[in-house]
Amino acid sequence: MPMADWLRGGRNRDKVRDDAAQWVKCPSCGEVLYRPDLSANLDVCARCSHHFRMRAHDRILSLVDGDFEEIARDILPADPLAWTDKKSYPQKLADDAEKSGMDEAVLCGFGSIGGYDVALGVMDFHFRGGTMGSVVGERLTRLIEAATLRRLPCTIFTASGGARMEEGMLALMQMAKTTAAVLRLKASGEPFITVLTDPTTGGVSASFAFQADVILAERNAMIGFAGRRVIEQTIRQRLPDRFQTAEFLLERGHIDGVVERANLKPTLERILGYARAGRERRKRAELSA
Amino acid sequence: MNPLLEREKGLLELERRIEDLRSASEGKRIDMSAEIASLESKYRQLLAELFGSLTPWEKVHMARHPRRPTALDYIAGFDAFDELHGDRMFRDDPAIVGGFARLGGHSIVAIGQQRGRDMKENLARNFGMSTPEGYRKGERLAQLAERFNLPLVTFVDTKGADPGILSEEHAQSEAIASSLEVFAGLKVPTLCVVIGEGGSGGALALAIADRVIMLEHSVYSVASPEGCAAILWGDASKADEAAAHLKLTAADLRGFGIADEVIPEPLGGAHRDPEGTVTRVLDRVGALLDILETYSLRELLDARYEKYRHLGSWRDAVAGSDGAT
Ligand SMILES: [Zn+2]
Repeated sequence: MPMADWLRGGRNRDKVRDDAAQWVKCPSCGEVLYRPDLSANLDVCARCSHHFRMRAHDRILSLVDGDFEEIARDILPADPLAWTDKKSYPQKLADDAEKSGMDEAVLCGFGSIGGYDVALGVMDFHFRGGTMGSVVGERLTRLIEAATLRRLPCTIFTASGGARMEEGMLALMQMAKTTAAVLRLKASGEPFITVLTDPTTGGVSASFAFQADVILAERNAMIGFAGRRVIEQTIRQRLPDRFQTAEFLLERGHIDGVVERANLKPTLERILGYARAGRERRKRAELSA
Repeated sequence: MNPLLEREKGLLELERRIEDLRSASEGKRIDMSAEIASLESKYRQLLAELFGSLTPWEKVHMARHPRRPTALDYIAGFDAFDELHGDRMFRDDPAIVGGFARLGGHSIVAIGQQRGRDMKENLARNFGMSTPEGYRKGERLAQLAERFNLPLVTFVDTKGADPGILSEEHAQSEAIASSLEVFAGLKVPTLCVVIGEGGSGGALALAIADRVIMLEHSVYSVASPEGCAAILWGDASKADEAAAHLKLTAADLRGFGIADEVIPEPLGGAHRDPEGTVTRVLDRVGALLDILETYSLRELLDARYEKYRHLGSWRDAVAGSDGAT
């Protein structure tokens, strides 16, 4: 579907836009930023380059050339554990939908980035902290399976606090489900690229996020298995500020690169270009065989 | 506080009295068999009352019971075991044990998460919480099973992966993610037994399998109840409440289709008859290996994919129907 229609159909995104305050204070340098300027700058502070957490719709807009064919948008959350604490789980979901304009923590679909067709999944921290429940797992699995079937590279932007507690073990099993799909994608020869954004932890970091062929991260993103608070409680001391940042992980050899948001699209395009070159080599070899 | 230990106090008192009567009547002419029988009947009744229906939080404590059989107790029940060590890179994590084993007619590779049976061993084995080196060791042994074309059996018993500084520096996420990939695609029959506590991704790293079986009082959870309470309510002391929410019992997991079957435990729990429990579990493992051997590799891999593919619960707004599970 054309991008404009997709956005119009995209839930109550415009409403969320209008409701949002027009002025935002940068949590890093304190500069007060005019929201339209901030949006135009890919949600990056013009003064200190602080990367704000990006909404999935905005991320897709910032990457995709023309159209975006969203898939699995009719897959919506249920309440398998009939969970209620201070609020019921369905109420939490409804509240987050109202606030974020999302109906779950991931958008999946097909589009092209700089002329390269890709399967693209983008997680959104603004819905339930990007936690992975059945819907996130199912939508991503359908995306990865469709990429395998259509013979396309798959790119996933992660942003997640881990598995979603309110769906219990069914949430944990999404790690196994997405893993199995990733395995088939890789076996088919298609590349898998992840971009880890702030934050990527727990069940998401310990599954598809770190199963990719190429793993990039946005500057200063918090990435790790255990949450910072959990580690501090375990070791009973404060962690250094840089611990679990993208830059820290790069030094330790866990990821391929740290990328400024402005460079992300061109970087992805180059990697997709290498992938296409490899695919063409394979085709030539098959023809001459 | 451990609610089970409180309950068990009355039992231990009765056990002592029965034992005292027995030793007192031995060698004497007074016949105390009537008294002993009466006490034993009272004992059985108390046992049934105490353990007939456990709350989820009590089940968690049953799963963590210090005298509950651990992975090495099951491994000791094999007909042969040759332990293999290390991740070939950095360290031999004692929270994961594994090696070649023989069980009846089956030669296999076995891997277990090993918590300590006392405080000293718990400190040595980090309470069964693996570091990345442990998962890499497990992954290596799983790949060894494939290399030797032997079935793989895993024993799951961990609160979760180690949440320490070094584990993060050594890429805990990558270690678990990589283990999941290897287990999902392993080209031999795989069988997982949850013998105690299965905690989060740290348990799942060894738990993707063609058959997952759980002991009756084992638990398996998206996060430990303490972790869940800390995440949701910032208060780990509400773990009992979290346990009640999480649907983490073997019966729950069977209901979700995550556990394929549940092995009953003796009344009062596996620790009341460790040898019997080990025998019962290994008998079932052997029988399931027999069954898995009847499938072709293609059938196994397809069925493994389908099993995990259908786990989850969602609404389909267009089809108007509910999703799988
Ligand atoms: Zn700033």
